[in-house]
Amino acid sequence: MSGAELSPWIALPAAALLIAGGLLSLVGALGLLRFNHFFARIHAPTMGNTLGAGCVLIASMLTSSAVAGRPVIHELLITVFLLLTSPVTTMLLMRAAVFRSESGRDQPGDTP
Amino acid sequence: MSRRPLLEGLLLAMWLIVNESLALHHWLLGTAFALGIAALVRALRPQIAHPRRLGVALRLSWHVLCDVVRSNLAVGRIILGTLRQQPKIGFLQIPLEMRDPHGLAMLAVIITATPGTVWAGHDPADNVLTLHVLDLQDEAAWLQTIKQRYERPLMEIFE
Amino acid sequence: MNAVLDWAVHFALACFAAAMLCALLRLLRGPSAQDRILALDTLYINGMLSILMLGIGLGSAIYFDIALLVALFGFVGSAAMAKFLLRGEVIEP
Repeated sequence: MSGAELSPWIALPAAALLIAGGLLSLVGALGLLRFNHFFARIHAPTMGNTLGAGCVLIASMLTSSAVAGRPVIHELLITVFLLLTSPVTTMLLMRAAVFRSESGRDQPGDTP
Repeated sequence: MSRRPLLEGLLLAMWLIVNESLALHHWLLGTAFALGIAALVRALRPQIAHPRRLGVALRLSWHVLCDVVRSNLAVGRIILGTLRQQPKIGFLQIPLEMRDPHGLAMLAVIITATPGTVWAGHDPADNVLTLHVLDLQDEAAWLQTIKQRYERPLMEIFE
Repeated sequence: MNAVLDWAVHFALACFAAAMLCALLRLLRGPSAQDRILALDTLYINGMLSILMLGIGLGSAIYFDIALLVALFGFVGSAAMAKFLLRGEVIEP
């Protein structure tokens, strides 16, 4: 770490949020690996994309505000953008998977 | 645009946040960009949303935040328990009453952003939503949640 | 007190690296094209979060701009690939 000593009122919540965000993303990616069907796998990364990213971005807002000595809220842009876009990607993928399994182009899953 | 310039306001706010400044020239430049971009975008999407009732929208956002946290924990538990058994996945048909396209879009984003449920399609002819659920234990509970918790307030906001 | 935050940053970086490894394995293993796109989507979001982590750890603001650009282009790429799977072309006439 560089810069001035942060007050514990900033550092402790930020650390807790970072640990929570990291664990959520890791568990989500683990689900991507462990589920045996595509329709189950598509649910797993949503964890990291919503709450995991949200925790990390709030922590980033806290620490960069404390470092700069004024409220820094531009991480809010990434949060809003991610909240709007990651469901769109998921829905498009879901539609594509439904379409491909209906047209018999491939059998999604039942393979580990 | 509508009577309230929502899109222009959002674009201006975005401009000010990106530049991290409230100086006069940023206000002027941001306003010019917001008006220009909103005028260009209006040709792409002529249909205009008329959201009302800020209080209902705020309560809905709070409910969605709570549900996202709760279902994150639920899905995490399912993932960590997959060594014992795989989850029971399945599709669910839910008849809707809402017809407004903006309300349906918001419903799609809310459902998909909540872990454990993904919007899998919508039939505009008979207004039936197809939902994919990771942990299909209680179909009636899902139906109740979607209809009461999300669709009702969205209808109040958009219709 | 900075030691706690420093430790948390390193822990979260390790978590994101492990998550990216999981996504990479899924990307290599497949089996279907939509699995690979889902893995790429997870990969770019975790990469963006680790860039933000570096920004917190080093106390620098320039990492924010990189993260914003990664988020923008990652979404465009994932959406284009998913659209291609759905329709066979990205921009329909």
